[in-house]
Amino acid sequence: MTAKPLLFLAALLPFAWLLWGALTQNLGPNPAEALIRSTGDWTLRFLCLVLAVTPLRVMSRTPALARLRRMLGLFVYFYAVLHMLCYAWLDMEFVVADIVRDIVKRPFILVGFLSLVLLTALAATSFNRAIRFLGARRWQWLHRLVYLVAGLAVLHFFWMRAGKNDFAEVAVYGAILAVLLAWRVLHAWRQRHASVRPRAAT
Amino acid sequence: MIFHNRNHAFDHAVRSEITPRQTYLDRRGLIRAMAGGVAGAALATWATRDAMAQSAARPGKLAALPGARSAVAGAVTMEKRTDYKDASTYNNFYEFGTDKSDPAEKAHTLKTTPWAIEIEGLVKKPQKIALEDLLKLATQEERIYRLRCVEGWSMVIPWVGYSLSQLINKVEPLGSAKYVEFITLADPRTMPGVGSRVLDWPYVEGLRLDEALHPLTLLSFGMYGEALPNQNGAPVRLVVPWKYGFKSGKSLVKIRFTEKQPATAWNRAAASEYGFFSNVNPEVDHPRWSQATERRIGEDGLFAKKRTTLMFNGYEPQVGQLYAGMDLRKFY
Repeated sequence: MTAKPLLFLAALLPFAWLLWGALTQNLGPNPAEALIRSTGDWTLRFLCLVLAVTPLRVMSRTPALARLRRMLGLFVYFYAVLHMLCYAWLDMEFVVADIVRDIVKRPFILVGFLSLVLLTALAATSFNRAIRFLGARRWQWLHRLVYLVAGLAVLHFFWMRAGKNDFAEVAVYGAILAVLLAWRVLHAWRQRHASVRPRAAT
Repeated sequence: MIFHNRNHAFDHAVRSEITPRQTYLDRRGLIRAMAGGVAGAALATWATRDAMAQSAARPGKLAALPGARSAVAGAVTMEKRTDYKDASTYNNFYEFGTDKSDPAEKAHTLKTTPWAIEIEGLVKKPQKIALEDLLKLATQEERIYRLRCVEGWSMVIPWVGYSLSQLINKVEPLGSAKYVEFITLADPRTMPGVGSRVLDWPYVEGLRLDEALHPLTLLSFGMYGEALPNQNGAPVRLVVPWKYGFKSGKSLVKIRFTEKQPATAWNRAAASEYGFFSNVNPEVDHPRWSQATERRIGEDGLFAKKRTTLMFNGYEPQVGQLYAGMDLRKFY
């Protein structure tokens, strides 16, 4: 199947685009802001994508889609790390004391930082040996934290936009993630109430 | 022998009298250049020529509006001006959308003729002044001001206009007038953002009367030697260089003199984030980011260190005395 390498390249396109823009000074009048915001946007977009894999797989009866999930999940982490690096570099100039003060002082930074810590735990346990080591059940429990990450990420975005009372985009991401989560709850509930048959992995 | 008494205020420098570090450094630079003798003279000619070339180059987009040299203290910074392109494409003008690129894309619908400003409230001579008359009310001057946005970026913009005090004195405020309220256009037919619930429309700003009367407070009709582009607040706007940019209302339609402090748009939307005064102050952070530093648009490279934000945006020598004795953390 060639979908995976193609998707890999496609997922790198936003990064390539931003890198190209930064090198050729093509990111508009405020390139630092553009980089910080777009890496954040892309983190949210990949989060929506990765959470859409399972619903799509089940509804379209395409088990092969499962093969794409881990890679997309790691891209969420990739863009989240880029987002953090852009903030730490361009906004904070890597002054650790300033960053720590910022995390403590500003709830929206704290929430963003928390989601990154959680994502790190998920990324660090994403390879096969980690799954074997933790056991499928515990691993799955751990990786359900991605919903918490999604909630925190939307809260982070919400707070960032709160000052401008501008929630249109926040609402779009919030709605997509809410629908995806609702589907899962519904799906799990149906399976529990269906007659005794082997449960499909969620 | 002189005995210093701590109670003698005159023996102590008050905050507004202390030369800002930047001014002091600039002065040293000037002295150094002078000390250069012949080289210094050559440099001076070159610098003058360069400055003249800078002010002569018009963007050539809109009608010319030349401004005379201003005699107001602090009215002309020698810093490098922001490119016209950046100053006219990176704007906050929520009546046209919340994206910085929205105003430049959408403000062409704004109809700026005919235009008039209504003066009302506590004045002896309430009136409606047509734009043509406003333009001729006083000598148009060029004012090269730093602009510091509350979001942490800054520009240097050559505005054209005259001190708002010229207009205020003409309409004669009553003794009871303590504040000036600036009401801007909110026309849902030509301003797509006015339908949004981001702010309560119309956008209202306000100043204390003494702030409004300060010679640096500018009623502006142009920039870069031309009429204001729509996205920058055509045909007439306010520019208050020592306050965050949002205090400088765009496309003014009404100026009202009041006794009570006006309820300003951003203050109503988020009082904890945007105070009535909103003076540029590196020591008082916005709840969501620090105000200690800023990024100069178009000039500082992506990875350059951010520059230090100056108290009152560097206009402390001129305006510091307006706030003597005020707790600026409380009155942010």
